[in-house]
Amino acid sequence: MLKNRIIPCLDVKNGRVVKGINFVDLKDAGNPVEQAKIYSDGGADEICFLDITASNENRDTIYDVVEKTSKKCFVPLTVGGGVRGVDDINKLLNCGADKVSINTAAVQNPEVIIESSKKFGSQCIVVAIDAKKNGNRWEVFTHGGRNNTSLDAIEFANKMEDSGAGELLVTSIDRDGTQIGYDNDLILKISSTVNIPVIASGGVGSLDHLVDGIKLGKASAVLAASIFHHGTHSIQEAKQYLDSKGIPVRI
Amino acid sequence: MNVTIVDYNSGNISSVINSFKEVAKNKVNIEVTSDLNKIKSSDKVVLPGQGSFKSCVDALNSINGLVEILNEFAVTNKKPLLGICVGLQMFADIGYEEIETKGLGWISGKVSKIDNQNNKFKLPHIGWNEISIVKESKIFKDIKNKSHMYFVHSYEFIPEDKSVISATTDYSSNIVCSVEKENIFGTQFHPEKSDKIGLQIIKNFIDL
Repeated sequence: MLKNRIIPCLDVKNGRVVKGINFVDLKDAGNPVEQAKIYSDGGADEICFLDITASNENRDTIYDVVEKTSKKCFVPLTVGGGVRGVDDINKLLNCGADKVSINTAAVQNPEVIIESSKKFGSQCIVVAIDAKKNGNRWEVFTHGGRNNTSLDAIEFANKMEDSGAGELLVTSIDRDGTQIGYDNDLILKISSTVNIPVIASGGVGSLDHLVDGIKLGKASAVLAASIFHHGTHSIQEAKQYLDSKGIPVRI
Repeated sequence: MNVTIVDYNSGNISSVINSFKEVAKNKVNIEVTSDLNKIKSSDKVVLPGQGSFKSCVDALNSINGLVEILNEFAVTNKKPLLGICVGLQMFADIGYEEIETKGLGWISGKVSKIDNQNNKFKLPHIGWNEISIVKESKIFKDIKNKSHMYFVHSYEFIPEDKSVISATTDYSSNIVCSVEKENIFGTQFHPEKSDKIGLQIIKNFIDL
């Protein structure tokens, strides 16, 4: 039986780990390579790096981080943030990333998804959808949650599946950093619409939130940052908790 | 000893390289090349593969003489070869991804899309799944039955002769995830991404 995945995410800025609260107010807290190794030794099913300010700043630090991490961690490594096109994807994959997550570029130029999934295979193309609730719909945001595109998140998710995305990483901007749980309505809406795996993201503050993402949101995988990063819970604790709630996990 | 990872533009092979180097330490030489002479003279060959069946077969064929050298290595000389993911799938006679494409024909069978029961199961089959070991395989030394391996694929290899199957995994149906036919080994899952257990499989192959 296929297991639900737990994916710790490390937000990286200038080669250092930070975790934003609602994408601002960053707090420096560690070396990403060491942190990733702790996670993979602890049983993380995948590791995710998000280079949060990559669009604006010194980008090359992430390549070094990815290269070093991929020599120490032998679980899948996803890297996102500031990925503009095929060249960036190629460079990250060559450094040792297994998957690349694409956000702003997927909205601005969906051809990037078509082209890159053909070139590298859908298995390494993750489209990151940052969505915010507006009335009874969700709208897609880009540039780290700063720009509203007014695109409908559900329609966009469908379009990305058709374009060749292998997975969708769905983040609720309303919930990100709040620790009150995923927007499970959003997650469910997308996971029940598309036929590719959905990774729930944004808002985890407790282990029950991970359970909800899978049970209520029907996510294939759950992503969290601060509850693992601040040592509130270990990956093993999270897995045992999910297991105790009847969710299939790799222990 | 020389282990060669065939570099034929089959997509991202850096994780395969990293994992083999990690296991080999400095005791075994890991070559990453498409040089025909180096492949020919190596002791073991790893055939990775990502992307579609067609794109991998096309990439193999685009290097003049590569398929012949691989045939000589694995079929004539019967030296150990490990195919990973699409590397395994290419052992088949034929694949149906994108368009009907001829494979290497080393293990009779076909590669077709996983039947996901009218979208009841998501594709690709991504994540950690347990393997059921159905016959003893040299690459499963010290690997417990029901170990978790990392998968990412939408197509499956269906061999004609079921006796080549060394492990299966349970998804929308029972999927062949490992084969062994004499000196030819293949895994549908990614040992290079399957944590310590995956590295053990790589070690078992290097130690053959």
